[in-house]
Amino acid sequence: MSIDMEQFKATFIEESLEGLDIMESVLLEMQPGEADAEEVDNIFRAAHSIKGGSATFGFSDISNFTHVVETLLDQIRAGEREVTQEAINLFLSSVDCIRDMLAGAQEGFDINFEQVAEVKAGLDRMLGSAPEAAVPAEAGPETQEDTPAASGWKIIFKPFPDMLRSGNDVVRLFRELADMGEMDAVVDLEGLPALADMEPEEACLNWGVTLSGAVSREQIDEVFEWVEGDCELSITAIGGDEAVLVETPVESVTEAAAANPTPVQAAPATRERRTSNDRRQGDRRKSRSSSENSSIRVGIDKVDALINLVGELVITQSMLGQLGEDFSMDKVERLKDGLAELERNTRELQENVMSIRMLPISFAFNRFPRMVHDLCGKLEKKIELKMSGEQTELDKTVMEKIGDPLVHLVRNAVDHGIETPDKRLAAGKSETGTVHLNAYHQGGNILIEISDDGAGLNRERILAKAIERGLANSGDNLSDAEIFDFLFQPGFSTADVVSDVSGRGVGMDVVKRNITALGGAIDVESRPGNGSTFTIRLPLTLAILDGQLVRVGEQTFIIPLVSIIESLQVEPVRVNAIAGSAELYKLRDDYLPIIRLYDAFGLKPDSTNLEDGLLVVVEGHGQQAGLLVDDLLAQQQVVIKSLETNFKKVVGISGATILGDGTVALIVDIGGIIELSHNGSKRANSAAA
Amino acid sequence: MANILAVDDSASMRQMVVFTLRGAGHKVTEAADGQVALDLAKRQRFDLVLSDVNMPRMDGITLARELRALPAFKFTPILMLTTEGGMGKKQEGKAAGATGWIVKPFNPEQLLATIKKVVG
Repeated sequence: MSIDMEQFKATFIEESLEGLDIMESVLLEMQPGEADAEEVDNIFRAAHSIKGGSATFGFSDISNFTHVVETLLDQIRAGEREVTQEAINLFLSSVDCIRDMLAGAQEGFDINFEQVAEVKAGLDRMLGSAPEAAVPAEAGPETQEDTPAASGWKIIFKPFPDMLRSGNDVVRLFRELADMGEMDAVVDLEGLPALADMEPEEACLNWGVTLSGAVSREQIDEVFEWVEGDCELSITAIGGDEAVLVETPVESVTEAAAANPTPVQAAPATRERRTSNDRRQGDRRKSRSSSENSSIRVGIDKVDALINLVGELVITQSMLGQLGEDFSMDKVERLKDGLAELERNTRELQENVMSIRMLPISFAFNRFPRMVHDLCGKLEKKIELKMSGEQTELDKTVMEKIGDPLVHLVRNAVDHGIETPDKRLAAGKSETGTVHLNAYHQGGNILIEISDDGAGLNRERILAKAIERGLANSGDNLSDAEIFDFLFQPGFSTADVVSDVSGRGVGMDVVKRNITALGGAIDVESRPGNGSTFTIRLPLTLAILDGQLVRVGEQTFIIPLVSIIESLQVEPVRVNAIAGSAELYKLRDDYLPIIRLYDAFGLKPDSTNLEDGLLVVVEGHGQQAGLLVDDLLAQQQVVIKSLETNFKKVVGISGATILGDGTVALIVDIGGIIELSHNGSKRANSAAA
Repeated sequence: MANILAVDDSASMRQMVVFTLRGAGHKVTEAADGQVALDLAKRQRFDLVLSDVNMPRMDGITLARELRALPAFKFTPILMLTTEGGMGKKQEGKAAGATGWIVKPFNPEQLLATIKKVVG
């Protein structure tokens, strides 16, 4: 019978990753010197399961690695080893290594062997010359004594009265012996008590067995392996050239077995491991293709709610269907009720379907405790990471794209925001800094705040740098917000020393671009000595958009409501036509470039006269512009359909949707249309700033 | 064919054991830890118990001891699935009333061969 072990590997990898998450979070909580028994037990068990599973399912490299971790944890569990910071860090690195190895096994990419070897060396060093061997003897000496091939064996077997209570059955033992060769058993009734004294649950017979055939001593030992200590056993070889007497009292059997615990089972296990390794090579490609289809875990309650709603929809539909069969005007009230019901069903169904894509933001936050812990070690800072609102839900796609910007901001907070302990003490603050991650809903948006209680942004230094780079003039009277906004300019860094943590001057502009690409925005607040807060505002989902419908000639376009600042009628005196074709509109103190949408999309408008149309002031990619449209229509939620999958990418258009009357409307990509309008010219931009 | 109770906190190990045993025609009931197994054992009989050692809530050693205290499990074979190579866990298991052990890692063939020894 052959069973393909591959089918269990996915489960194994999944449960191992969960185990590693548990190990990591427990390790992060752990303080040197205080080993909470339950905590240590938890991580030990996780390591233990991973080791056992990886050996079973053919990942011998993972098994060997984890074995050392497990051994160390076992020593800690037994109180033989102290929990040091070094040990905690080493375990955390081990978690990373195992995670890498699992990912490597799953996805088929090459793992960083150097790093694994390095951590393994650290573990081995820590294990030192511990009495236990680091790695179980895999193909260890199988025979501790070269037993001569005997032609048979004489076995004297005297079970102790309690032997049966372990579930071991004399019949089973004899059946096994009989399978190996010709067996002749003689019962010794001497120990048999009188019937009245007989205890049925106790063994009271002694046996003399003669086993003939080519049977090795190991085979016989294996049969009696489980009853060692429960019986008196003597095994004597008979036949061959000379009779070899192997008198084995109980104790020495135990000793021998301890020295080489399970020779018989260890050998085939090694063979299995090797074949699985060969097989894995071929199967990697298979598992990779399956993991490309990204999947989502949905709570069963959400699925139940959907089924429930679909049920209601079906009821409404059948009600309306009946109504339609013999409709007369006196039933119009019922029709209206039915349609209202249908609207409610549809809306609820939509909300529920959308919620399936929603995941708690803890998915994105989870990596930070570890990251902050590691950075603290590297930068010699003391930081407490607080998180709140982890259960706030966010669209899966948004979640994936917000990960990197968040990492960047948290790194910055740790590296630049929080001061070193001595500086903090000197400033009269507590030695330990706080970085706070918070998420919450506000309107149709989700807000994520990354705040620190560090030194705050250095307004003067940023301004000086901005002037140096020609982004501002020394005479400019700029607000804090305007000055902090320079941080998001490409290549802008005020860090004196470029560390390997942050400060390379790349990033903040990318952070801002990524957030804007998601339809979001980022703000900074900072007070010297009190720290800074970065606030990211994101739309809840990318699939539905609150849109403003606008008309240009005969076409309807949709402008995302979040990008609209205001809409106004053009006052001709405020329009400045400057050199070239650019027109600027003076709105309060700013000059906005005017973008005639009909021009951009090559349409025929009602009128080319500025006063006849309306100017919709929008902001995208950090720039403002006024879009000239013929008319403002309704505001409504629209479902975004990708233009790329159905047609091709069009600059200035981010997608399309189908309106209530069945016509298709295009959604304007504000960032794109602004870029399009000034084609790389920064004139309007600097004028607006 | 035997009615077997398989106890392991690792879903993949349980999957493998259950798949193997069912494939060989045995009836298998699963339990994710010793406590679940013990609760099951109080309600029904099994011909054989296969249990992992290290589990949350109730470990395999305790499970063996508790099972032996139940009249219906006085002589029922209890096999421990153990990764410990040393004698320590085996002896601990035996002292608690386990019949024998299977050392991890094992493959399906080894598992079936060992099961066959006990339930015929």
